[in-house]
Amino acid sequence: MEDKKEGITGEYGETAGKEEFEPSLVGFFCNWCTSTAADLAGTTRLQYPPNIRPIRVMCSGAVDPVYVLRALCSGADGVIIGGCPPGDCHYISGNYKTRRRMAALKTILKTLGLDDDRVWVRWISASEGAKFARTMREFTEAMRKKGPNPLKNRWSI
Amino acid sequence: MPTSVLIEVGEGNLREGVNSFLRSILEKKMLDALLVPLELPSGGMTAPALVSDPAMLGNANPLAPIMTVSTARLASSLTKVAASQRKVGVVLRPCELRALIELIKLKQASRENLVFIGVDCYGTCSVKDYNRLCQETPAPAEELLKRVKSGDESLLRDACRVCEYPAPINADIAIGLIGTDTGKGFLVRADSAEGESVLEGLGLKPGVAVPEKEREKAVAELAASRTKNKNELYSRFEVETTGVDNLLSVFSACVNCHNCRVACPLCYCRECFFDSATFDWEAEKYLGWAEKRGAVRLPADSLLFHLTRLNHMATSCVGCGLCQEACPNDVPVFPIFRKVGEELQKMFGYVPGRSLEDELPLSVFREEELGEVGES
Ligand code: SF4
Ligand code: SF4
Repeated sequence: MEDKKEGITGEYGETAGKEEFEPSLVGFFCNWCTSTAADLAGTTRLQYPPNIRPIRVMCSGAVDPVYVLRALCSGADGVIIGGCPPGDCHYISGNYKTRRRMAALKTILKTLGLDDDRVWVRWISASEGAKFARTMREFTEAMRKKGPNPLKNRWSI
Repeated sequence: MPTSVLIEVGEGNLREGVNSFLRSILEKKMLDALLVPLELPSGGMTAPALVSDPAMLGNANPLAPIMTVSTARLASSLTKVAASQRKVGVVLRPCELRALIELIKLKQASRENLVFIGVDCYGTCSVKDYNRLCQETPAPAEELLKRVKSGDESLLRDACRVCEYPAPINADIAIGLIGTDTGKGFLVRADSAEGESVLEGLGLKPGVAVPEKEREKAVAELAASRTKNKNELYSRFEVETTGVDNLLSVFSACVNCHNCRVACPLCYCRECFFDSATFDWEAEKYLGWAEKRGAVRLPADSLLFHLTRLNHMATSCVGCGLCQEACPNDVPVFPIFRKVGEELQKMFGYVPGRSLEDELPLSVFREEELGEVGES
């Protein structure tokens, strides 16, 4: 069977065709900041697209790059990591480590000609509900423009 | 001024000369043992061995252009549990020495009581080519040296053709061939106090003027020509290996044997994540994947394996190319790891094996850096 490159069905990305493409996105959000900001966005009824599957982690520094790679290889159209602004980590330095790890991961992807712009890192503190909603809108819009992750639906990966 | 001595040998006696130098180290009890490649009794092929009897060093062949395994890994096995109180000299090619420096920083080897004897390296061949060379000539090391010096690099492994570190860094004692008329002699230089005391103990004193300047120039020239080769390799990599389609096509030959990981001196984990229970799935999980894409290739996750291995060790990749030698299916893992490694190393201003003091990029951070990560 040929790898399917276009035409998206199934768990990730529900729509076929680029025009109305709805990206499937994974978010790893720190418990102490971005996850709380997400709750705040919800309780203040701020709208943001439903494309993000949020995963709460105890620290952005707990996001092993392999989680991001696994999501991308499984066909996620984008992965966003949300952590506390540098200097504000609940565990003091977790987000500084996130920063190096994710910078390294993006360099690996880029060097191999894989799209590193599908991986975003954003610092969103607990009180920034509005920034959370805005960032999710921007992320969704950017990934919608990009179209489906080319690794999606490759059975031979 | 470090002690630097030109040891003279007769034409065709380079190997014998280097061996007698090594033998004198054990005979005069400057060191208690040497980890050095010995020619195997069957002839030709060499294997690293820990040698305590100086008489065995007649079989030594540290210049043989073959590297079946990285001695860095062996030095790690030797010292990981507990370093000895006795002094062991480890004879290393430049890439092995750089890998060992990385392993020490990764706490997989101990520097204690090891004396590094670094040897200039013009490059090595694959096992197959080496065996063929052994059949053609009784002196494969000299033969390859001659060919490479005259510009014929066809027998060298890709990793060696593109290696810009033909001379050892961080050795206690360096054995120099580059820029030296190896028909007449070779250079021995102390690069540390430890090395100095060994050479002193051997009673080596600068005799004939040592061609240090010529050596530096020759090393730089060789490095430059290797860099040129490397850039050519990278251009091919760019065209043939990058992008989803190319990557999936080069990895189509990958059978997930993980030999590349086993051969890599930097992949030290006792249990690889990819052999762990994390990757034991129930049948339903596989069926779920199959349903999602119509089919799922098995064994699964070969791209994920390589991306993760890059992520784990490429900041320390020394470009030895042993991954490539180990691959049964010629998957171009060497150019991938070398190129990605170099990009990562550039980004962190890190050179693997350069110094025991340089911090491993992924074990530290700076508060003021990478401001672009996290900003839109
Ligand atoms: S990845 Fe390959 S070239 Fe790099 S250190 Fe490991 S075996 Fe050597
Ligand atoms: S790249 Fe080669 S050596 Fe490495 S796992 Fe695949 S087939 Fe095995």
